[in-house]
Amino acid sequence: MTVLRAQGLGKKYKRRWALTGCTLDVPAGHVTGLVGPNGAGKSTLLGLAAGMLEPSSGTIEVCGGVPGSGPAQLAKVGFVAQNTPVYANLTVEEHLRLGARLNPGWDDELAHERIARIGLDPAQAAGKLSGGQRAQLALTLGIAKRPELLLLDEPVASLDPLARREFLQDLMEAVAEHGLSVVMSSHLIADLERVCDHLIVLVDSRIRLTGDVDDLLATHRRLTGPRRDVDTLPADQRVVSVRHTDRQTTVLVRTEAPILDPSWDVGELDLEDLILAYLTNPGVERPNLGVVR
Amino acid sequence: MTWLTWRQLRFPVVSVYAALALIGVGLAVSRPVRGGFGDQEFPYLGSLLAVQLLPAVLGVFWGVPMITRELETGTHNLVWNQSVTRSRWLAVKLGVGVPAAMVAAGVLSLVVTWWADPIDSAAALETERSFEPRITPLVFVARGIAPIGYAAFAFVLGIAVAILLRRTVTAMAVTLVVYAAVQLAVPFAVRPHVLPPVEESVTLTARSIAGVQTEESPNGYVPQSLRVLEPAGSWVLANETVDANGAVVRPLPAAVGDCMPAEGTEPPTLADLDRMRECFARLSYLGYRQHLAYQPASRFWPAQWVELAVFLALSALVTWFCFRRLRHLS
Amino acid sequence: MIEFHLDGKSGLSPYQQLVRQVRHALRLGLLSEGDQLPKVKDVVADLAINPNTVLKAYRELEHDGLVAARPGVGTFVTGTLSGTSLAALAPLRQDLRRWLAKARRAGLDEESIEALFLTTFRAAAKEDIA
Repeated sequence: MTVLRAQGLGKKYKRRWALTGCTLDVPAGHVTGLVGPNGAGKSTLLGLAAGMLEPSSGTIEVCGGVPGSGPAQLAKVGFVAQNTPVYANLTVEEHLRLGARLNPGWDDELAHERIARIGLDPAQAAGKLSGGQRAQLALTLGIAKRPELLLLDEPVASLDPLARREFLQDLMEAVAEHGLSVVMSSHLIADLERVCDHLIVLVDSRIRLTGDVDDLLATHRRLTGPRRDVDTLPADQRVVSVRHTDRQTTVLVRTEAPILDPSWDVGELDLEDLILAYLTNPGVERPNLGVVR
Repeated sequence: MTWLTWRQLRFPVVSVYAALALIGVGLAVSRPVRGGFGDQEFPYLGSLLAVQLLPAVLGVFWGVPMITRELETGTHNLVWNQSVTRSRWLAVKLGVGVPAAMVAAGVLSLVVTWWADPIDSAAALETERSFEPRITPLVFVARGIAPIGYAAFAFVLGIAVAILLRRTVTAMAVTLVVYAAVQLAVPFAVRPHVLPPVEESVTLTARSIAGVQTEESPNGYVPQSLRVLEPAGSWVLANETVDANGAVVRPLPAAVGDCMPAEGTEPPTLADLDRMRECFARLSYLGYRQHLAYQPASRFWPAQWVELAVFLALSALVTWFCFRRLRHLS
Repeated sequence: MIEFHLDGKSGLSPYQQLVRQVRHALRLGLLSEGDQLPKVKDVVADLAINPNTVLKAYRELEHDGLVAARPGVGTFVTGTLSGTSLAALAPLRQDLRRWLAKARRAGLDEESIEALFLTTFRAAAKEDIA
């Protein structure tokens, strides 16, 4: 089951391509982390999936339909935008009423219970809430709508550590209870490591890496050994990054097979190492070892 | 959705309606009576201005912010991600805003029309008047049912400009400019085509002449143009002398000089009158006639309906454009 | 019932940590046959982790024959890792203590002891695999 499928998806603003050649399959029932530097196209991808933006090229299909194509499609997808907008002059309670009136699948009990737990005063104007409270309110609207897919653009950016933890707990509870799929962008890899089991890495408007987190961790290895040319590596070992000192070579490879070469000291990676390796080495494909020659 | 739209629009709507109620009460207690309108100059002009400005105010302060405030604060991201399409979102905004604007403008206009009726009726009977008849452009737009159409148009125009420009202040300014341009263009570029003026050819006689415009020259005063008596309460578009070929004559042939009463003799002598009569007869014999084009007072209500229809059609066109652009808005 | 925790610096993925913590508890006798593991929903709400991670950990434990899921009720311990090994634990710990004292007397600081232990441990593990 695929919850989001993109084929050659691209989005152009004036002259700049914010996203290009994006081909992607996000399986249902997973929490997918969307990582990349600022301006890499994360928000654009989420906006396209929510139907807030129109693709300039390619196609995108979300929960089996064209994003934003009708009330039924909108009911299936929840989207909380980056700055977690709320109506400043509406109260918290009025926001819940808005959600109840505009969504056929609205879970009023869940919404009120969540608001009470977070400690938001229902009579308070949303414009007077702190950034974190606003994010919680926006997320409550997103969750209580009971979508099949929830798209979150940097949802925890404005939250303090405690609120962040509570937010993620609630989110994971919703995933566990309602089988919700989530795609969320974040810079906080430690959070993503906890909550995500699927990963998309965007660099320079392109998809650099995508896959199941455990699979990715299982297939990436850090090899450390005496200095050597990486061209001598077996063909099934794809080089992600290479670093040399005068004596030592450290290579990050992606491979399905075990590392048999005894001269390598083989190390495992955690998610942060893996992501950073891809972010700092955009598009490295077997680079030449210029220093040696 | 209706609830949300109303919740967002209620403050501006209530304030405008409250202001209208005040104006209405003020006018009701000061309605002029037939006879002396001397002290009614200020409320007359004030109410005229109020009806003319109200549609623009509604477009600029109701229509524009309704869209730009959502776009500027990003709340469109929130509302477009509930289970409601953008088209429905816009449809409800228009569905609440357009009637509210039409009712506001309609009520004000009808109250003002009622209030000014004694003045308008008097103006319709006089040929040399102190108040313009209600079919003339400046008064026409502030009477009857046309302002309902203006309000609908101004409101959807505000929405359309807001969708295009996204910024409150610029959208307000552009809305105002475009609305004013349309208001200026319609009476002169559109109305004559939809409702062609009555054309008349009036024989020049001493009786039919209402005035002569002269210009000073070394040879004394040279008559430049003639004006014949105009039908009471009408909007005159042309009152000009034409020759046998129908071409406008200006300045008038020198012969017309004889048709003028002698200077300094008041009242004219019998000999003068004979001379003038002969002179006009000669002019008519030469084929000179007076061309008169005007919208008669009786056309007021048909013209109002036409105006309303034209502006509602324009509003429909702009609305269609709004829905088309909305899909590409992000 | 045990309570899970996640250690960001362990170098293990969250799912591996959960598996390890259950095995650890079994080995130390904290969990025994018939005990219930925390409900997936509770673990998720508690740790803010992905439910699939918990499910995956429980599935692995099930695959190893240590636990069994009863649909609608929960996951219960069916196997055991302690038993004989629990009895052997005390003397082994005694040996290790003696070895540590010896290492300190030889002038090794804590870091060196740890490095020595880990390299030897890994080398031995590798030999076992091979």
